[in-house]
Amino acid sequence: MERVKAVEIGVGLFVAAGLAALFMLAMKVSNLSMAVDEGYELMARFENVGGLKVRSPVSVAGVRVGQVAAIEYDMETFEAVVRLNIAAQYDSFPTDTSARIFTAGLLGEQYIALEPGGAEESLSPGDRIQLTQSALVLEQIIGQFLFSRAAEGANE
Amino acid sequence: MQGLQRLGRIGLGVFERLGRGNLFLLRILAGIPAVLARPRLIGAQMYSVGVLSLVIILVSGLFVGMVLGLQGYNTLVDFGAAESLGVVVALSLVRELGPVVSALLFAGRAGSALSAEIGLMKATEQLSGMEMMAVDPIKRVIAPRFVAGLLSLPLLAAIFSAVGVLGGHFVGVGLLGVDDGAYWSQMQAKVDLREDILNGVIKSIVFGIVATWIALFEGYDAVPTSEGVSRATTRTVVHTALAVLGLDFVLTALMFGDV
Repeated sequence: MERVKAVEIGVGLFVAAGLAALFMLAMKVSNLSMAVDEGYELMARFENVGGLKVRSPVSVAGVRVGQVAAIEYDMETFEAVVRLNIAAQYDSFPTDTSARIFTAGLLGEQYIALEPGGAEESLSPGDRIQLTQSALVLEQIIGQFLFSRAAEGANE
Repeated sequence: MQGLQRLGRIGLGVFERLGRGNLFLLRILAGIPAVLARPRLIGAQMYSVGVLSLVIILVSGLFVGMVLGLQGYNTLVDFGAAESLGVVVALSLVRELGPVVSALLFAGRAGSALSAEIGLMKATEQLSGMEMMAVDPIKRVIAPRFVAGLLSLPLLAAIFSAVGVLGGHFVGVGLLGVDDGAYWSQMQAKVDLREDILNGVIKSIVFGIVATWIALFEGYDAVPTSEGVSRATTRTVVHTALAVLGLDFVLTALMFGDV
């Protein structure tokens, strides 16, 4: 009888340790609180999304409020259509909110920063963010810089 | 002509074994409801399959995490990205190393033991004895071990990953001076519950099924001599390792790759 009891206690400890490890992975390793499954969707059109990816963060004032749900290409307007999934508790962005694509650090990942405007009404789920600014493509900027320097040189 | 005939015979043999293996799995699955009615049978097997594998899993997980911490740090520090160490350690463990290495260790520690046990039961005619007493050995002996293996491996893999993350923390933060807050916060920012952790758990469940199935089938199908049992044990470890590594590529391509 003692032997059976020891086996059962061992199994109990093992299962508890396994579940505790899973719990630790869920809470401490991944960020459970940032699951934005029950959010709502906003849409924005960009000329160029650069290196933006699905699941890239969406932030306001540096605070993460959601993530990119999908990126598609619109054949008619030649623009990228980005769907944003915003957590449900952030539900009152003014209608003139603007969206920009920034890079975290010089070589970091790209994210969408929303900047709230001053309008009275707020965006409702599914609305389109009108004001957008594309991603800065580093090669383009360097090209422009070199080009303007060359032009200055020619003028002198 | 003779060579062709031999090739055909080998091919038929392989397919016959494969077919027997699949029928065996179906019979196990059919026996599972009967086992769930008697959970005490599973408990005893969880002890020998899971609890006794715990030490090797804990020690290996710790050292794998520590090595990841050390190697990751050496590479990342050149790019000034040592703060990302937590991400490297956690993603490697949760997505790949946790499920795969636990499955390999499981095959060596528990799978070989299962094969040897079942093979010896067959060689000493205990299984036939049960049949004589109208006890179905699949339901009484095989299915409880299958369920125990299927439940144990995901738990072992989770323990492996968790201990590995702590091992990486010990080396990275404790010895090499990575910032403690950055280690955890970068990890939490980049590791996704569904994409990474849940997929890792699914992987380890699949590996649990495959590893236990191979081990039990090799034992059940062994030639009932001492040589046959020893061969079955060897085959269990080799086949499980190959199956786990091959399946891992397929699962990774399905889950994480845009192949």
